[in-house]
Amino acid sequence: MKFFVRRAIFYVITAWAAVTINFLIPRMMPGDPVAALIAKNQGRLDSSAEQALSVLFGLDSHASIWTQYVQYWRLLLHGNLGLSFSYFPTPVVEVIKQSLPWTIGLVGIATVLSFVIGTLIGAGIGWRRGTWADMLLPVSTFFQAVPYFWLGLLCIALFSVKLGWMPASGSYDRSMVPALTPEFAGSVIRYGTLPALTIVLSSIAGWILGMRNMMVTVSSEDYVTVAHAKGLSERRVMFGYAARNAILPQVSSFALSLGFIVGGTLVMEMVFSYQGIGWALYTAVSNHDYPLMQGTFLVITLSVLVANAVADVVYALLDPRTRQEG
Amino acid sequence: MAVDTTALTTGADVTAPVRGARKGKRRRLLFLRNAKAITGMAILGFFGVLAVIGPWIAPYDPSAVSTAILKPPSAQHWLGTTHLGQDVLSQIVVGTRGVMVVGLIAGVVATAMGVLIGVTAGYIGGAGDETLSALSNVFLVIPQLPLIIIIAGQLPSAGGITVAMVIALTGWAWGARVLRAQTLSLRRRDFVEAARANGETTWRIITSEILPNLTAIIASGFVGTVVFAVLSQITLAFIGVTSVSSWNWGTVLFWAQGNLALQRGAWWWFVPAGLCIALLGTGLTLINFGIDEFVNPRLRSTGLNAGSLRRRGIRPRVGFTPVVHEAKEQ
Amino acid sequence: MDVVLEETGPGRAVVGDPVLEIRNLSVDYGYDEDPVHVLRQVSLTLHRGEVLGLAGESGCGKSTLAYAATRLLPPPGLVTGGEVVFTDRDGSRRDLLALSDTELRASRWQDTAIVFQGAMNSLNPVFRVGRQIADGIRAHRPEIGRAESLEKAAELLELVGISTDRLRSYPHQLSGGMRQRVMIAMALALDPQVLIMDEPTTALDVVMQRQIVEQIADLRERLGFSVVFITHDVSLLIEIADRIAIMYAGEIVEDAAAQDVYRRPRHPYASGLLHSFPPLRGPKRELGGIPGSPPDLAALPSGCAFQARCPYAFDACAAVRPELVTPAVAGDDPRRTVACLRHDPDRVAAAGFEPVPVPPELAAR
Repeated sequence: MKFFVRRAIFYVITAWAAVTINFLIPRMMPGDPVAALIAKNQGRLDSSAEQALSVLFGLDSHASIWTQYVQYWRLLLHGNLGLSFSYFPTPVVEVIKQSLPWTIGLVGIATVLSFVIGTLIGAGIGWRRGTWADMLLPVSTFFQAVPYFWLGLLCIALFSVKLGWMPASGSYDRSMVPALTPEFAGSVIRYGTLPALTIVLSSIAGWILGMRNMMVTVSSEDYVTVAHAKGLSERRVMFGYAARNAILPQVSSFALSLGFIVGGTLVMEMVFSYQGIGWALYTAVSNHDYPLMQGTFLVITLSVLVANAVADVVYALLDPRTRQEG
Repeated sequence: MAVDTTALTTGADVTAPVRGARKGKRRRLLFLRNAKAITGMAILGFFGVLAVIGPWIAPYDPSAVSTAILKPPSAQHWLGTTHLGQDVLSQIVVGTRGVMVVGLIAGVVATAMGVLIGVTAGYIGGAGDETLSALSNVFLVIPQLPLIIIIAGQLPSAGGITVAMVIALTGWAWGARVLRAQTLSLRRRDFVEAARANGETTWRIITSEILPNLTAIIASGFVGTVVFAVLSQITLAFIGVTSVSSWNWGTVLFWAQGNLALQRGAWWWFVPAGLCIALLGTGLTLINFGIDEFVNPRLRSTGLNAGSLRRRGIRPRVGFTPVVHEAKEQ
Repeated sequence: MDVVLEETGPGRAVVGDPVLEIRNLSVDYGYDEDPVHVLRQVSLTLHRGEVLGLAGESGCGKSTLAYAATRLLPPPGLVTGGEVVFTDRDGSRRDLLALSDTELRASRWQDTAIVFQGAMNSLNPVFRVGRQIADGIRAHRPEIGRAESLEKAAELLELVGISTDRLRSYPHQLSGGMRQRVMIAMALALDPQVLIMDEPTTALDVVMQRQIVEQIADLRERLGFSVVFITHDVSLLIEIADRIAIMYAGEIVEDAAAQDVYRRPRHPYASGLLHSFPPLRGPKRELGGIPGSPPDLAALPSGCAFQARCPYAFDACAAVRPELVTPAVAGDDPRRTVACLRHDPDRVAAAGFEPVPVPPELAAR
C-alpha cells in the first residue's frame, strides 16, 4: 500500500505544480496579449466571460497574487477555462471535450502498440545477441533520431500523395455524419491508420533499445542461470525469467517517458490535421488563442498523469515486491 | 521525439571509480577506439564545421528569390528550389548554425542545472533530496513539448537564445534524475567515505571525488539533452511558434509544409532538412552508445568481430557455454 | 553432526562406481586472441554416494569448474577441451560436453542439480516459490499436472523443514536461510544423482550454516545422491566431505580422503589452507595464514603456480610444472594424489634438477 500512497501523493503534487505553472506563465510574460484580445472582442463578450478571462490571465492587477490564485482555483474547480477565441464563442472546455477522445484513441492505441511491439522485438534482440538481430540496432538508432513530424511528412508524401492509399489529413470522411455505424467506424480506422503507423514507427526504436539493454543485464542474473540449470525450455527461460523481469524497468521508463512521447505525438496530429488535442493546441498557437493554449496544456498534463497512474498499477501487478504490506 | 530509455535503464550502477591520471587517460583512449563513438564524432564534427563556415560557403543567399521556381535538383541548385525560387541547399547550410547554437546552449544550460540539482540531491540526502527529487520528477512527468509551446507561444518574440533557455528550463530533469542516483551510490563508496573521514570540505569532495566519476554520465546526459533540444527547436519552428524569419532546418520544413510541398511532390524541399536532423541525431546517439558501452562493458558486443567467432564455432550465450576442442593435450 | 564425523572416518570411504568423471577439462575466459586460462586440464571423479569437497581461495576456479562441467558458465567463458562423463543408474554413459541443446536440457536437473551461491539472487523475484519448484518438475515430466507438481513442491518444502504454506510466498518474503532451503528443495525435485552445491552456506550466519550442512548430510543419507560441495571453508568440508580436492590457480593440487587431507596434508598449499581456519571441533591447532595472494591467472609463472608463496619451494619449482602423483610418503593411501615436486623426484630429476626430499611437515603420519 505504501507504494500507492507515495505515488498518489506524487501525482497530487505534480497536478498542483502543473496548475500553478499554468497560473504563473501568463503573469510572468511581458505585455498583456489577452487584454488586447478582449478589447478587440468588446461587445461580443458578456461580463462573466470577461471576468473569467481576467482571472485566468491575471488582468486584474489590483488584486493580490494570492487572491488571484484562489480565484483561479475556484474557476478551475467549476470547470471554467474561459472562452476560446479561435472557436469563438465556444468555451475552452467544450473544445477540449470534443478533441480529447480522438487523441486518446489515436495516441493511446498507437503508443501502447508501439510499446508492446517494441518491447517484444527488444526482448528478442537482447536474448539472441550476436545474431542477425543485432543488425536492427543501427536502424532503430536512426529512427530514434528522426523527428516524429518529419516521418509523418514522408509517410503522407509516400502513401497519400504518391500512392494514394490513405487520406492525408483529417480523422474521418467529412461527408459522413459522426454516428455509431460500421461505415463511420471504418472511415475513422481508415483515416487513423497512417498517423498511428507513423507514431508507432517513430517511437518504437526507444522501446527496442531499452528492452534490449535490460535483457542483456537480466540475462546475467543468477535466477536466469538457475532456470537454465533446471532444464527449462528456451522459451520459458526467455519469457518467464529474463523478459518477465526485464519488463519491470521498461514499464517504469514507459511511465517516465510518457511526457516526451505525448509531446511528439501531438505534433503528429498537427501534421495530419487530426482533430485531437494536438490540433487544438496548434490552432490555438497559430491564432494566438491563449485561453485554449492554457487549457490544452492543462488537459494534456492531467491526461499524462492519469496514464502514469495506470502504468503504476500495471507495474504493481507485475512486481510482487511493490505489493508488500507495511 | 527521441526517448532515451537507455539512460534510465542502464543508469543503475555504471560508474567504475576512475582513479589516477594514467588510468583515466587509457580509458579515454579506449573510448576513442569505439567505432560507434568515432562515427558519431565525425558526424558531429561535420555539422560543427558547417555551422561555423555555413554562411560563407552557401552558394546563394537563402532568402533571395529567383525565377527558377520549384525546380528539382540540378547543377545550379543541388537541392532544388522553393516556390519562390530560393535555393534549398543554401537554406540548409545557413540554417545549420541556428540549430547547433540552440542545441549547444540548451545542452550546456540544462546539463549545468541537472548537475547542480542532481548532485546536490544525491549528496545531501534527507529532506533536501526528497524535495529536489520530487521537483525533477514533476518536470519529468509534465509533457515538455506542450509546455515549451505554451511558453514560447506567449512570448512576444521567441528568438534563438530565448528558445534555448525555455528548452533548458524544461529539459534538465532527466539528467538530474540519473545523476542523483549515481551520486547516491558514489557517496557510499569507500573513497568518498574516506575523504569525508579525513575532514575534506564538502565542496572539495564533490569537485575532486564525485564529479570526476560522473564525467561519463554527465557527458551522456549532455548529448541526450542536445538531441532533445535540436528536435524541440525544430519542432517549434515547424509549428511556427518561434520566429520564422531566421533560417534553421525547422523553418525550411515550415515553409515547405505551408506551401504544399507535399502535395506538389517537391520532395527535395522537405527530405534533405529531415535527413540532416536525423543524421545529426544519429551522430549524437552513437556518441551516447559509445559512452554507454564504455562505462557499462556488459552492453558491449563481445568485443570481437562475429566472423572470427563463427569460424571457431562459438555462439556466446547464457546457459549453454560454447565448447571447442582447441586446448592442446599436455 | 557427530554421526557424520564418525562416518566420514578414513575407514569408511564409500567408493562406489564413478557417477561423474571430469577429464582434462580446460576453460578459457575471453574469446579474443589472448584469453585467460582459468582451468587447465582439470580431472576429477565423483563416485556414487560420495560427498566430494572442492576447496580453495576465491578465484582459484572451483566455481568455474562446477559451472563449466554443467555448461552453465556465462560468456565470455569457453570450454576449450576435455570431457565430462556422466554415468546413469543403468550404466549408460554420456559426455555432457558433447550433448545437443535438447539432450543437455533433458539431462539438467534430472541427472545433476545445482544449489547456487547466494540464494538471494537465485530465485526469480516475481514468481512464487511453489511455482519455481514446480516448473522444474513439469519441464521434465510433462505428464504431471499443475496441481500435482505443486503437491510435490509442498512435499519437497516439508523435506527441508519449511511449512507448506510458504508455497505461496514470494522470495522477498523469505529469510536468507529459508531461501537457501528452498533452493535445496528445488534441486531435489527430480531426485538427481549428483548435487552440486556452490558455497551454499557462505551468505548465512554460523547457526544457519550448521543447520543447512546437517540437513544436507541427513538428506544425502536418506536419498543417496552424490554431492560436490564447493567452499573456501576447509574446516566445514572436513565435517561433511568423504573426499576433498584442493584447487589452486585453476588446477587441482591435492585430492584425497577428507581425514587424510585433514590429518596428513601433502601439498604445502593444502597445509597452509588448513592452518588458516580454526577447526570446528577437535584439538586446537596453531593458526597461520598463507602469505601473499593468489597469482594473476593471466600471467602465470612457468613451473609451479604456488612457488612464490611456498615455504618449501626449490630451484626446480620455477621451471618444472608439477602434475598429480601419489605422494612420496611411505604407507599413504595409493588413491590419493598431490601435485608437488617435493613428492615427485622422478620428474625433477628428468628435468635435470637435484630432487629435494619431502619436508617432515608434509609427511605427517
